Amino acid sequence: MFTRLASKSLLNRKGSVLLTIMAMTVSIFVLLGVEHIRGQSKQSFNSTISGVDLIVGARTGSLNLLLYSVFRLGSPTNNIDWETYQRVSSNAKVAWSIPISLGDSHKGFRVMGTTTDYFKYFSYGNKRHLEFSSGKAFEHIFDVVLGAQVAKKLGYSLDDMVILAHGLGRTSFSLHDKSPFNVVGILAATGTPIDQTVHVSLQGIEAIHMDWQKGVATDGTAVTDTQLQALELKPKNITAFMLGLTSRMATFGVQRDINNYRKEPLSAILPGVALSELWQMMGLLENTLRLISGLILISALLGLSAMMLASIKEREQEIHLLRVIGAPPSYLFLLIELEALLISFISMLVGTAALYLCLFIAQDALSTNFGLHIGLNILSFNNILFLLLVAGSTMVAAAIPSLTAYKGVDRGQ
Amino acid sequence: MAIQLNDVHFAYPEAPNTDVLNIKSWSVSAQDQVFVHGPSGGGKSTLLNLLSGMLTATTGEVNVLGERLDTMNARQRDRFRANHIGYIFQQFNLIPYIDAIDNIQLAHQFANKNSRSVLVDEITSLLSTFHIPQTDWHKPVGKLSIGQQQRIAIARAMINKPQVLIADEPTSSLDQKNRDNFMSALMSLVSEHHITLLFVSHDMSLAKYFGRIDALSEINAVREGN
Repeated sequence: MFTRLASKSLLNRKGSVLLTIMAMTVSIFVLLGVEHIRGQSKQSFNSTISGVDLIVGARTGSLNLLLYSVFRLGSPTNNIDWETYQRVSSNAKVAWSIPISLGDSHKGFRVMGTTTDYFKYFSYGNKRHLEFSSGKAFEHIFDVVLGAQVAKKLGYSLDDMVILAHGLGRTSFSLHDKSPFNVVGILAATGTPIDQTVHVSLQGIEAIHMDWQKGVATDGTAVTDTQLQALELKPKNITAFMLGLTSRMATFGVQRDINNYRKEPLSAILPGVALSELWQMMGLLENTLRLISGLILISALLGLSAMMLASIKEREQEIHLLRVIGAPPSYLFLLIELEALLISFISMLVGTAALYLCLFIAQDALSTNFGLHIGLNILSFNNILFLLLVAGSTMVAAAIPSLTAYKGVDRGQ
Repeated sequence: MAIQLNDVHFAYPEAPNTDVLNIKSWSVSAQDQVFVHGPSGGGKSTLLNLLSGMLTATTGEVNVLGERLDTMNARQRDRFRANHIGYIFQQFNLIPYIDAIDNIQLAHQFANKNSRSVLVDEITSLLSTFHIPQTDWHKPVGKLSIGQQQRIAIARAMINKPQVLIADEPTSSLDQKNRDNFMSALMSLVSEHHITLLFVSHDMSLAKYFGRIDALSEINAVREGN
């Protein structure tokens, strides 16, 4: 009866109630959306790399190195000599190493030259290794392994031909069209930037640049495969490399050694530390967004309170009638609180559903354009906590109109 | 005595020195039907609110059905009102957006009376007694005619089997025909259930239904304009 009275009373005031629900819905949408995307992107960031002890590149800031080597964002400052790589990776404390060579792209997806050790040692998320959804690692010079998204977006399957472009632009005018690559493997989806990467061997990178001088294609005819086989394709330089050490204890020693390397200025970073540095930088933005969504919620709650208060004035007779038939003031207080809570719950339902729908639609675009992998499980523990907080704040906001109803035992008429 | 007032003074807290009500002694015996007439602003509403326990007297003794309302706390007065006093206003007797059955149930829920299954029977028989067609039972009462609404109001006031029924200008918004219907329904119900009726109105033509007629100006020593 109590709930029925409250809901029928709300239905009786459809217009203002609907507007209030819309305001609350928007605020809950924003609140949950910010919180969800924040949590998801943090998780997605932190799971892009694991098991790598050090990342080494030319002397630069740790964030820059992390961004271009792991997230394929921004551009590398300088290359490192192949000799340097050889020397560092031959250190006894180094268990394995993965060289990385960047700078080319394919239809907006970045090309990464590496060795087969990459597929063997690189891990992401909770120490998960890379897996092939079809095919295998590259063997020959002109073999290519595609990330899951690359294959899906561009509709490639095994044995398709791929032409790489020089530079990182989405529409590049200088193509390595004399040396097409053959798709030999497609990686399983990882939910990391790897999905957006085209992997080739270091030799492949070297080969397509052989007949180039200073970044421009020369007129000479393409080097043939047999010619290439004859040459020993040794890369002159690479962009960065990742190290796995025999013992975690050695990390700082090796890092110091690399940073003090005499022949070339190098930077070695710990991915975990760089990741948290990166996240700290985002912290300000994150808190600003939280603050804004909090303020939106407060304004929506004030709107709710104002609407309820105005309705109390309209319902003076109704409240008087309830008092006369024996309703104690506490009943009226709870009735108004319940009405506010009903509005709040409907808004939560609509807001959550709308957010789910939007994420469902935007999911693909977010992951291709921003490398953000947003899951759909909106109702995380954190967000449920937030919804409870919204319910609590609703009760606080509704306390003013509820108290008015409580005290609104009008005298006389 | 159903109602007994002794030395009752009432002033609103905003104007504590201006008595609105000053009643030396006034009583109504059980099962009496009393017609009280007087101009509006003569302390009429205040008197009814004192008798129903919506207000408490500043000083003096308010005795209803042998219980001292002036010594009860707010909770007890609310409970007492729900259990023992039926109340009918000139208008807005019902919550307009819920149906007749819900309105009567709502009134019932604040009293401690019989179980739910008996309740539905009582509601339907009350509604039939007052000639409310079954098709209108589940319509929001705001959609029904004023005459029907006032009859449902009696049903609502009767559901807890009150010993005292207070009617505050209940016929003012009705036309002649509806007024006659309403009065005859009310009077037969009151005598059938042996209810003490306090009927307040300025319409002297209704006085013919009552055995006892009191002028408010004789009960209340405070003169208008004082």
